[in-house]
Amino acid sequence: MAEEQKYEKYYVPASSPWPIVGAVGLGLIAVGAGHTVINMSNDTEGYGVYILLAGIATILVMLVGWFRDQINESMSGLYSNQLSDSYRQGMAWFIFSEVMFFAAFFGALFYARVIALEWLGGGGNNAMTNEVLWPDFSAHWPLTETPGGTTTQGMGWGGLPLYNTLILITSSITCHFAHVGLEQGKRTQLKVWLGITILLGLIFLYLQGMEYVHAYQDLGLQLDSGVYGNTFYMLTGFHGMHVTLGTIMLIVMFFRVLKGHFSHDNQFAFQATSWYWHFVDVVWVCLFIFVYVL
Amino acid sequence: MSYAAGEADHNDHHHHAPSGITRWLFTTNHKDIGSLYLWFSFTMFLVGGAMAMVIRAELFQPGLQLVDPHFFNQMTTVHGLIMVFGAVMPAFTGLANWMIPMMIGAPDMALPRMNNWSFWILPFAFAILLGSLFMEGGGPAFGWTFYAPLSTTYSSDSTALFVFSVHIMGISSIMGAINVIVTIMNMRAPDMTYMKMPLFVWSWFITAFLLIAVMPVLAGAVTMVLTDKYFGTSFFDAAGGGDPVMFQHIFWFFGHPEVYIMILPAFGIVSAIIPAFSRKPLFGYASMVYATGAIAGLSFLVWAHHMFTTGMPVAAELFFMYCTMLISVPTGVKVFNWVATMWRGALSFETPMLFALAFVILFTIGGFSGLMLAITPVDFQYHDTYFVVAHFHYVLVTGAIFSIMAAAYYWLPKWTGHMYNETLGRWHFWLSLISVNVLFFPMHFAGLAGMPRRIPDYSLQFADINQIVSIGGFAFGLTQLLFLYIVIKCVRGGEKAEAKPWDGAEGLEWTVPSPAPYHTFETPPEVK
Repeated sequence: MAEEQKYEKYYVPASSPWPIVGAVGLGLIAVGAGHTVINMSNDTEGYGVYILLAGIATILVMLVGWFRDQINESMSGLYSNQLSDSYRQGMAWFIFSEVMFFAAFFGALFYARVIALEWLGGGGNNAMTNEVLWPDFSAHWPLTETPGGTTTQGMGWGGLPLYNTLILITSSITCHFAHVGLEQGKRTQLKVWLGITILLGLIFLYLQGMEYVHAYQDLGLQLDSGVYGNTFYMLTGFHGMHVTLGTIMLIVMFFRVLKGHFSHDNQFAFQATSWYWHFVDVVWVCLFIFVYVL
Repeated sequence: MSYAAGEADHNDHHHHAPSGITRWLFTTNHKDIGSLYLWFSFTMFLVGGAMAMVIRAELFQPGLQLVDPHFFNQMTTVHGLIMVFGAVMPAFTGLANWMIPMMIGAPDMALPRMNNWSFWILPFAFAILLGSLFMEGGGPAFGWTFYAPLSTTYSSDSTALFVFSVHIMGISSIMGAINVIVTIMNMRAPDMTYMKMPLFVWSWFITAFLLIAVMPVLAGAVTMVLTDKYFGTSFFDAAGGGDPVMFQHIFWFFGHPEVYIMILPAFGIVSAIIPAFSRKPLFGYASMVYATGAIAGLSFLVWAHHMFTTGMPVAAELFFMYCTMLISVPTGVKVFNWVATMWRGALSFETPMLFALAFVILFTIGGFSGLMLAITPVDFQYHDTYFVVAHFHYVLVTGAIFSIMAAAYYWLPKWTGHMYNETLGRWHFWLSLISVNVLFFPMHFAGLAGMPRRIPDYSLQFADINQIVSIGGFAFGLTQLLFLYIVIKCVRGGEKAEAKPWDGAEGLEWTVPSPAPYHTFETPPEVK
């Protein structure tokens, strides 16, 4: 019994219906998305879209229910410090997995640009590759004309991309100010800076949308215009999805702050969101350098 | 036993498992989830095994007799996918769930609800994968490695389903790995320092890191396959400035750490069993930990040894050849330590020890053939032959799967409270050992003589060897039904197991009664 006084008891969460709801939701999304894509490529009608939407709805219900339970448990003080540590470490590893996901696409960008294109243009010992397969092709970046002959224009880094970089870096700083406000118990500072961060996130997303319109309509830069368009849209697109998710998380945090949640000692959700936001920002800086500038 | 006395004092209401189907659907208990993983894994083992039987039946004779080549390709592909992602990985995750909390003195996994989610994704993922076999045009038929352009330009319509099922499998693996790593970092009993952890825990700690690092890369690879096939991108198409070889780089950057994901926990299991039945502590504990870390680190630097014949620059081929050979150093340290543990020990040969011993010898054979394949100029000859098939089945079947069976026999008394039938266990071992070697050893010769893998037909001179291989295959497949029988018999009854049925066994899991109580360590145990 002495042990029990010495060590804090770990709170083992009770069983919950939400994980299995989440599994059903992911299953529906996978089936639905698969069939949607297949139907699209065959130009046929099918139930794919409805299954996909049902899956997304299930996941949304799961997220709301699961997080509601978590928040209630957290607010009623069930969680030990050790459990908060588990959550923090879990979030950190999740962000690491996200880093590796982006690494795959950055890797594809480097490989295509530095190795594949050079070889297609006759570099290394590949003179005959160029001579026999693509005699008219010379390697260049941005790839404005593919070996197959698709043409496009390159996206510059000035203008919108530069503004977006400044906006996102600023939002990381404002997010930090909000966190400092939380740490010091200055609720007004917390609310104002958090609100500004959300606003900057939304502006970023709006400008990104404008940039896509500009790329599609004015530059002819599309998802299928060769490996330059592929890497451009896949990297900025997945990043955009992460910004969207991060903004939603920030908005949830904003409402929780308005309801008086979080304190110096109980702030895991806020901290996780701010980590996520900084991560999204770092990815953007890499994107700006490697996709736009270089 | 001071701990068991404390246990009785606790209020009792959630000491007993809830009953009914909701127990399994909603559970947050690491033991329940571990059992679910293990049963799921065994089911998938039989499903994937049935596909292997189709393959071996078709290859029993030269010529095409039973199935058409497209179906044969689907069988080789889905057999590989199911065994890797459905059988071996969930089995190790199941063992991790059952054993890690008990081994480190924790009440449960760190994130129990996410644990349930990670498991229940799997049945959906594999239902989708198996379901795609019945679609028009068939399921995936491009090999488990889904090389572009086989998976992009030349694949069937259902490829999108393959892609999304791999996505959710990946989500499941990543969440499972995050859970393991956080449990180990945060839930150890206060005196359980890192260098006191059992090697099974250490090996899973490192495996979980590998999983979190490379499963997202697999997600990236399947995403690129999806957009290349359906949305007009050209990551793997030279006409658009991409490169099919780039697929192989991305895939194997995931794939090589993946093969260590499937063997490191096996090292941990064998490092628990050999000392127990040698009645000696493990020789060279610290070097085992460092060797595991070194293997994991090197696994990120060797991926292109799968691609020696793709025309990489010579400097790259040499780099990957030397890095690959370097891996045999830490692996050699491990084999040496296992043998040194047995040296002058008081050995006894119960079924877990038999499987562990077979693991050491047969895995080493697989390691040697791997070393042969690592030699670039030699690999030009061996690439994509049955030699490769023999190699990776030695490391995965007599390696990973033998270790899983060893683990099952070793911990069944703890899980069920009953001893398994030792006579039947030994029958299972000897039948498996003989049939598995009849199955895989002659494949080396077929490969060296030039028989290519993944082809439903072959020329006449390979007929005898293939008949022998097929007979071994059927025998090995049937033998595993005996394993199923032994396990079910042990779950349902049998001689009562003591808290510590193996007199040489070490570790916290043996300090609790058998079967282990539903919740084990609500307060941290004393660690010596």
